[in-house]
Amino acid sequence: MDMLVLSHVAKSFGAKQVLRDVSFSVPEHSIFGFVGQNGAGKTTAMKLILGLLAGDGGEIFVKGMRVHYGNTPTNRFVGYLPDVPEFYSYMTPAEYLRLCGEISGMPLKEIKNRCEELLCLVGLEGENRRIRGFSRGMKQRLGIAQALFGRPMLLICDEPTSALDPAGRKELLDILINAKEQTTVLFSTHILSDVEHISDEIAFLHDGRIVLQGSLEEVRAIKKASSAELELERPEDAGMLLSAFPFLRPMGRSSLLLEDTGHLPDILRFLADKGIPILRIERQEPSLEDLFMEVVGK
Amino acid sequence: MRAYLKKEWMELCRTGRLLILLLLFALFGIMNPALAKLTPWLMETLSQSLADAGLVTVDVTVDAMTSWAQFYKNFPIMLILFILMSSGSFTAEYQKGTLIPMVTKGLSRRKIVLAKGLTLFAAWTGLYLLCFGITYGYNSYFWDNSVADHLLPAAVATWLFGAWATALLVFFSALSQSSTQVLLGTGGVAMGAYLLSMFPKLSAALPIKLMDGMSLLQGAKDPGDYALSIAVAAVMIFLCMSLAVLLFDRKRL
Repeated sequence: MDMLVLSHVAKSFGAKQVLRDVSFSVPEHSIFGFVGQNGAGKTTAMKLILGLLAGDGGEIFVKGMRVHYGNTPTNRFVGYLPDVPEFYSYMTPAEYLRLCGEISGMPLKEIKNRCEELLCLVGLEGENRRIRGFSRGMKQRLGIAQALFGRPMLLICDEPTSALDPAGRKELLDILINAKEQTTVLFSTHILSDVEHISDEIAFLHDGRIVLQGSLEEVRAIKKASSAELELERPEDAGMLLSAFPFLRPMGRSSLLLEDTGHLPDILRFLADKGIPILRIERQEPSLEDLFMEVVGK
Repeated sequence: MRAYLKKEWMELCRTGRLLILLLLFALFGIMNPALAKLTPWLMETLSQSLADAGLVTVDVTVDAMTSWAQFYKNFPIMLILFILMSSGSFTAEYQKGTLIPMVTKGLSRRKIVLAKGLTLFAAWTGLYLLCFGITYGYNSYFWDNSVADHLLPAAVATWLFGAWATALLVFFSALSQSSTQVLLGTGGVAMGAYLLSMFPKLSAALPIKLMDGMSLLQGAKDPGDYALSIAVAAVMIFLCMSLAVLLFDRKRL
């Protein structure tokens, strides 16, 4: 069953059309990476899902229930980590989490246990200072704790790793992977290695539309078959090879790029016949970066 | 709802807002009788220089009435201070985005408005009682409160005016984005009502009349004369709160 469904969602701010026609769905117990440049509309889409913004068109369903602007009951299923989380600065982290538990009507004993468990998970245990003195990274950690607090069925994280140091980033990604067993995760980012590490499915948002979507393997396969790089020992051999196979692309003094690997057997035969010495032949996997650049047209 | 009320209370205490308000209202409470008590002494010390200027002072007699007159004179300043200190109750949260984690956890927006409204009304009531109580206590110690007619009805009417202003504050908080807009709106309506009350025909129906406690104390008016303005204030409080709930449901946080 799909935990989250967006169909033909559109949203504009004044004359600026941020989302044109966005449709995608997130299956239960998966991690969905939402990729796009800064200002592509990722945060806007998330705020629409949370009923924090009124959409101009289309429909959004969380757990089969329609989301509407304002007081939407679907928020009971959701945990949300905003891009820049802000909390009541006069509370301590434990007090804030207790408030979160109380407003969702959790029994007191469970609140206490969950509080300790989550503060430990995000590395804020024993932090008795008020939130006022927290760094952005610490707020981010408290942010993930409060988002997970009510054991949400859908966890929405807006650029969760952006304020964290490398160690904190890895910890956060681990938290998201572990959360997958209990919940469904939708997270946005422009850090592609994060997506590659943890996502089951990804969607690229560009120009107000989903331009690419699917599992990591599917998305990679969309890119035309991977290419191969040939490096020869002598530059003059490279010249000879190039004149015999003009579709090769020179990549430096003695290297050539073969974009269509279907020709590889012919080339190998040619190399063997002529006895040309080879330094290396390497198959190149397309990276998400390449895909991303291709998608955004740069 | 209870959890959010607790949070509001914690906010009042820990940000120091409650402490400042308590001190101010206590100070006003003490100042009313103190000023009355000091008046004869002031006059005496000044009488020489006043006599030089050609003004002759006679013995001034003060009683509880002088102190109550101070109370009703100072009341608008107290109310303005309360409104100023409370104007950020909603808007500070809009600007920081602290309500977003609350509503995205399924806390109903109505509960937020009601919890904030209740806290403001309770704070107003408590602070008003404190100031009134202190003045009342000193007055009965120094003089005799029985010279004043309708002491309680007058106090309740003035309290209701404060509640009316608080309801306006809640309404404008749900409507606008910044505390400046809230203050402009609340102040604007109060000022408008004040200007309208210059017309004798309208004044009986306007909440501004509720601030005129002295006429009751002096026996110039009867509590029954205030019925219309009490009704208007009560209806407006109800309307402001209902509209605030509706507006807040559709508010962009």
